[in-house]
Parts: sequence; structure tokens; C-alpha cells
Amino acid sequence: MRKLSTDILVIGGGAAGLSAAAEAASAGAGVLVVESDLRLGGQLIKQTHKFFGSKDEYAGTRGFKIADILLDEIKSFKDSVSVLQNTTVTGFYTEDNTFTAMRGEEEFFQINAKKTIVATGAQERLIPFPNNDLPGVYGAGAVQTLMNVYGVLPGRRVLMVGAGNIGLIVSYQLMQAGVEVAAVVEAAPRVGGYWVHAAKIRRMGVPILLRHSIKKAVGNDVVTGAVITALNERFEPVGPERVLDCDIICIAVGLSPTTEILSQAGCRMMYVPQLCGTVAQRDRTMRTSNPDFYTAGDASGIEEASAAMVEGRIAGLSAADALGYPTEHGKIDEYWGRLESLRMGEAGARICQGIECVLVQGWEGVVYV
Amino acid sequence: MITEHPILEFQRGEKVRFFFDGREMEGFEGDPIATALHANGIRVYRETAEFHRPRGFFCAIGKCSSCFMVVDGVPNVRTCITPLKAGMRVETQHGKGNVPEIANEKVSS
Repeated sequence: MRKLSTDILVIGGGAAGLSAAAEAASAGAGVLVVESDLRLGGQLIKQTHKFFGSKDEYAGTRGFKIADILLDEIKSFKDSVSVLQNTTVTGFYTEDNTFTAMRGEEEFFQINAKKTIVATGAQERLIPFPNNDLPGVYGAGAVQTLMNVYGVLPGRRVLMVGAGNIGLIVSYQLMQAGVEVAAVVEAAPRVGGYWVHAAKIRRMGVPILLRHSIKKAVGNDVVTGAVITALNERFEPVGPERVLDCDIICIAVGLSPTTEILSQAGCRMMYVPQLCGTVAQRDRTMRTSNPDFYTAGDASGIEEASAAMVEGRIAGLSAADALGYPTEHGKIDEYWGRLESLRMGEAGARICQGIECVLVQGWEGVVYV
Repeated sequence: MITEHPILEFQRGEKVRFFFDGREMEGFEGDPIATALHANGIRVYRETAEFHRPRGFFCAIGKCSSCFMVVDGVPNVRTCITPLKAGMRVETQHGKGNVPEIANEKVSS
């Protein structure tokens, strides 16, 4: 079996992974980026809205343009960064410190790396309701991929489930693409995302129904409608029920960090509700309890792409530094300063609570087996 | 397909022909098979083994297994992250799919 070797392996070519690769390469390290998708850029390439946050993380620039900026940066290191797209890392074996990977569906090989940065992002959550497996019930990320990356209309009329930022932004993007949004239902008594996004879709006539949820999807082979219902304070359906005409039910009820590789590498994991799932403990360099593994981006806790890019920079810098490549002293502190300013505000306070739970001061006394 | 968009311009590959359950269709080379099918109005990609439930597009990141299909005779292909090529034969997958001949060949060699 073919075997590839690299200084630094970056798993995931999204906001965090590309930033990590660029940072590590700028210190002189050799980097291999492995991306399961056909295109690099992760969620960024689907984002048509202008980012908030700070100028350092391209505030005011649309997400897909930020992906272009990162890709240009990666290309400038073409001698030291190699990229494999359509390639999935399928496992890590501690016995011989080897990754297995699969390019396409039938080409298998192994990878050895001195340091690994796990920037695998997140996966969509699903909620239980009858017929939630019918074609037409799609994750919000999948709907974005269809319409914003490949220019395919997802459907005619959409029910959006979830009024967090993703639900609100994707509703707006659907309307940009010419798709009708029948309603947004949200089980909580308040909108979870930014008001500016909610206001935008309300102005366009889309009802945002709080304390409402989907009761079931309707259809035989594909979705032809949805039954929605009002909920009480205990989130129990109390009616009245309503049947909505729609051919797409878009699920935007949150994400979970993708962490299988970190678990396989023996990294100490921890369930942190504020970070939306089980994530690896890490120190300020984004190193995990396994000295050869770093984590960054949504894989280390669900947050926005701006923070993912900074975390990626920290991980890339730290991994290069650990391999003896010269790095600028104090740069990690500067990056942490950026993270702190990105994490101001209500959502940020929750993230900070979560980070406090998983952040360790050092690994003294922690035996890595 | 979306032809006019207020913000995005789509980079598309060469227009190619492929087959879905024997029916000839058009798509763009390099796009995922799943999105090419979707653009042709196809929503059902496979049927589950036990309850024969229809399944289609869902996660689009190669993780959920909802869009598994038989492509050029190979079952369980993640069509959401497998690029379309000219002349590809894409088929609805029924149940777990069969690879008896290929499996035997590999075992005996």
C-alpha cells in the first residue's frame, strides 16, 4: 500500500485547516492538507453574506471571497503545501502511528505525519420526527452546497427548521436563489441568531414562528409538505397544527464537532455543552493531550469561521514550532488577543465558558498512553 | 439550475451526458453526481434494505450514507462527493448492493 509522509498533516481544508496550513508553511514546515470534499474552503465557499467580526479576519468580506484569499495564500506556498481533495482520512492507528486514507471510493493509502492538526469541522444535527428520512429533508449545509456551490435549485418552497444564524442566513440565501421560504419554525421562545439576519427575512415577508416545531414530514417518495405545531414551555406539541405546502424541509438545528480521529488518537475528550459536543482538551497552543495532535475550528467546538481561522493559525504555528521551525515570539498571544475580541458579546460569553472547561494550563502529570 | 444570482457566479465544467437507471441525462463534469441528479429533478437515490424506504440527498459531506448509489457497477458510492464523468452509469441502489464478482476475484487472487 502506498504510504505518504509529511511534517504536518492537516485533516480538513476549511477555514481552520487552510489557515493552519498557511501558518505552518510560512514557518517553513512541509504540510499535507487532506480534504474529503471535491473543493477546498469548507463552509466558507457556501457563504454569500459579509462576515462580521474584525478586520483581521476579513470582516465586511463575503465568505466565499475569504476562501479565495486563503486559497491564494496556500498557493503561494506551493513548494511546501500539498493538497489532496476528494480524500477522506478513515482512521488512525496508534500501534504504528499511521493514518489510513481513501481517495475517491477505491484508492487506499497510508499517511505518516510528525504532527497532525485535526480541523475536521462539524456535522449537522437532526431532530426526530416521522418521515425525517424522506428525500427533501436536507441539512442546511447541504442546501447551501446545492445552491451556492453548484448552482442547483434545492426545490420550490422550503420550511426552515431552526432560527439560529444558520437557519436565518440560509433562508435569506434561498430567497436570493429564487426559492420561496414558507416559514421558519423555532422551538425556543426567541430567535437564536442575530437580529439583523432575522429582520432581513421578516422584511421579505417570511414568518418566523417561535415556540413552533415540525411534527412530521408529509409525502410518499419525497417531501410534499410538513405538519407544524405550536409548543408549550416544556416543548410539548400543543397545537394548533398546520399543514404547510413545501418540497424541502431544511434542518438547521445546530452542529456537532467531528472528532473521531482525535478519539482514535487517544486525546482526552470532554463533553462541553457550550461547544456543542464532545471535544478534545487543549492547551493555549491548541495541542491536545496527545503531544502530536492539535485541534482547531469547529472540530474543537462549534463557533464562527472567524474564530476557526485564528485557531487554525495558532495550531499551525504551534505544530511548526514543536518541529523546530522558527516562529515569531509572542505571536500566539497576539492570536489569543484576536480570539478574545471575536468572543465579546453574548454568544462569545458562552463560548468562553466552554473554552474555560476544556483549556488546560499544561500537560504536566498527564501521561499520554 | 440557477442561471442568474445576485452575488454568485458558478464555475461549471464541461457539459457531459450520463445515465440514470438507463435514462440519458446531462450534467457538468466534476460536479458531484448527487447534485447533477438533483438538477435533473431526481430526488430518490436508493431504497433501504429492511423497510424499503426511499433515501436521497442529505448531508452533502460524505458522512451520512443517505446518497449511496451504484455507479458503474460499484455500490455504496458516496454520490455527494464523487465527481461526475462523461458516460457514467448511475443506478438507484436497492438494499445493500452487490459486489459478488469483484469480491470473489480479490479473495482468490
